[in-house]
Amino acid sequence: MPEIIDATAIEKACKEILDHYAPEPRYILAIMQDMQKRFNYLPPQGLKMLASYTGVPFSQVYAMASFYKAFSLKPKGRYIIKVCDGTACHIKGAETLVEQIYKYLQIRPGETTRDGSFSLETVNCLGACALAPVMVINEKVYGKVTPADIERIIKEYGGWADEGKQC
Amino acid sequence: MKENNVKEKGCTKIMVCCGTGCTANGARQVLARLEEKLRGNKNFEVVPVLKATGCNGWCEKGPLVKIMPEDITYCQVKAEDVDEIIEKTLLRGEKIKRLLYRDPQTKEFLVSLHQTDFYRKQKKIALRNIGEIDPASIDDYIERDGYKALEKALKYMTPDEVLEEVIKSGLRGRGGGGFPTGRKWQACKKVPRFPKYIICNGDEGDPGAFMDRSIMEGDPHTIIEGMLICAYVLQAEKGFIYVRDEYDLAVKHLTQAILDARRCGFLGKNILGSSLSFDIELVRGGGAFVCGEETALIKSIEGFPGEPRDKYIFPTESGLWGQPTVINNVETWANIPVIILEGGEKFASLGTEGSKGTKVFSLVGKVVNTGLVEVPMGITLREIIYEIGGGIPNGRQFKAVQTGGPSGGCIPAQLLDLEIDFDTLTREGSMMGSGGIIVMDDTTCMVEVARYYTNFLAVESCGKCTPCREGLRALLAILTRIVKGEGKMEDLELLQEISEVMQEASLCALGRTAPNPVLSTLKYFQDEYVAHIIDRRCPAGVCPELTVFEIDAELCTGCTLCQKNCPVDAITGEAKKAHIIQQDKCIRCGECYRSCRFRAVKVK
Repeated sequence: MPEIIDATAIEKACKEILDHYAPEPRYILAIMQDMQKRFNYLPPQGLKMLASYTGVPFSQVYAMASFYKAFSLKPKGRYIIKVCDGTACHIKGAETLVEQIYKYLQIRPGETTRDGSFSLETVNCLGACALAPVMVINEKVYGKVTPADIERIIKEYGGWADEGKQC
Repeated sequence: MKENNVKEKGCTKIMVCCGTGCTANGARQVLARLEEKLRGNKNFEVVPVLKATGCNGWCEKGPLVKIMPEDITYCQVKAEDVDEIIEKTLLRGEKIKRLLYRDPQTKEFLVSLHQTDFYRKQKKIALRNIGEIDPASIDDYIERDGYKALEKALKYMTPDEVLEEVIKSGLRGRGGGGFPTGRKWQACKKVPRFPKYIICNGDEGDPGAFMDRSIMEGDPHTIIEGMLICAYVLQAEKGFIYVRDEYDLAVKHLTQAILDARRCGFLGKNILGSSLSFDIELVRGGGAFVCGEETALIKSIEGFPGEPRDKYIFPTESGLWGQPTVINNVETWANIPVIILEGGEKFASLGTEGSKGTKVFSLVGKVVNTGLVEVPMGITLREIIYEIGGGIPNGRQFKAVQTGGPSGGCIPAQLLDLEIDFDTLTREGSMMGSGGIIVMDDTTCMVEVARYYTNFLAVESCGKCTPCREGLRALLAILTRIVKGEGKMEDLELLQEISEVMQEASLCALGRTAPNPVLSTLKYFQDEYVAHIIDRRCPAGVCPELTVFEIDAELCTGCTLCQKNCPVDAITGEAKKAHIIQQDKCIRCGECYRSCRFRAVKVK
């Protein structure tokens, strides 16, 4: 998980990532994948380094960072909750799960709790349709989730344990 | 120890399905326990070989554990069952009845997976190895005739003869477009410019479809072999596999497979001593649905946002970096080795006049046996849903089936006997797409389904052309109005009109097919639109603003299930007595309505 790191540390880490690739525009996507993985978001400094390294205008790098959903320009939470809203999950009540999560954590898809613990996302299909509705927290898959399960699941990650922790 | 046993013919193999569905249900724990208990187990003369396989398709019954050569399949196995399996089945040869599948009709216990209705009607070509091999092992693939088709092509056939077989097979692109694969290769071969590129489109984006994922995870070498055969035809030297961002395991298995193929001389210079040199690079997508469109995908590999271009000139002439490029979908590639090995004619003997061979469908939604099925083209929807799928759960009524992903359409009950192939589905206002079949019952609101897909596409539209970008926004605004109970009858005409413009004027297939969900639901389920607009009522009990649930006191047995499932504690009543819904607390999520086994919860 990304710790809070200062500008020089970010620069060093970005340089390490860039060094893995030839300075060609075709590697922009792959480099961004690595940065997203390293920092849990794309730091502005990293994007600038990426643009000059591959020799493309900053606007093109920014266009890609904002076009592809895999990337985030803001830091994400420690636990990323992905609620699948593919068709199979949708018709089995995925939206109610999103509503329930809002009730406990006060975040909507795309948002992060103020203490940086949880981020909520909806995804189009996780390919686990037989278990619909599905949600994933970091790597763990929860299948056939009912709205009543949400409280217990969030508590597993220390969310909503008491008033003080509620965000 | 383990290494030696692999070589022993006829030794027992235990195959634990580690597809996504089974893994989520605890397959990894079962595997770990088996590993722990078998390692150095002194009770065996020859310790059985343990394998983690790809998805068997029957996710509903997972985790599945298969024991070969006895061909015993245990369903819904838990880690706690492992001791008993070792003790009884592996050591004493007894079958454990409670872990076998029981046919719901005949009540018979079935020993092998292959005896079940779910499997009997299937014909596996693209999925032939999945569930039978360890995807991380190139030896497993080779043992099942892997890379034999490549050898046959390189040693005994000319590139033209290979092309001829693919044309003869009648194979059409499995990614949705249905373009004849052989003709695509031929068009690219005719262009006298080099280098040529080969791309595997693994950016599977249709919600409810996961066959490509299953192939990439469960049998990665078949894709590599298919691409190699095409490389031989085109004299291409470089290929790319573009994998959807969400598919971590697919990336892992493909990476391993490419390394192993290089190590064994199937990728690299002078493959199998021939003049063919070919290598493959893996590219991870960035999470954009439109990148499944081939010209957008090409842009994405080049290092740009994935925006499609018009296709007056096909990628076969000017594709990646302006060079001639063949791009095929994962499932298409998986069919190629079989076509070369067994001949195009044999493949063409399956299927219908216009659509040859088999197709993999992911059968999901409101159906008993959810999972992946591969069947000959021309099978009816009824056979898939009722015979293979086991019908609709909880005694509910079938309403519609949605095929073709977000740009597909909804097909009603009166068309259940439709023999499905590329052409029949298009004729009825839907499409094959990548092969998702989503079954909907009477608790699914068709207007809301149309709104859902329109919203999906409005978010995913790349925004380059106006008809798609603005058309989808306008459709979404109208549909949202209708599901909130603010619709007008004139809206229906407007939906129709906007849809027609989009079909005519959009730049790529995404925009041209985007109105399908709206048009097909308007055509077959207009009464539901009217109920929302005139009666201000959602007959399926889905749209919260238009729904009130109540419990029929005569039917309610007081089982308390709805009470337990209600997320807002809006249901009161004692056990064994009729329950009541507190309307002021109810959020109309429909959980009680869907879960009640006695049909006591009604839509008012």
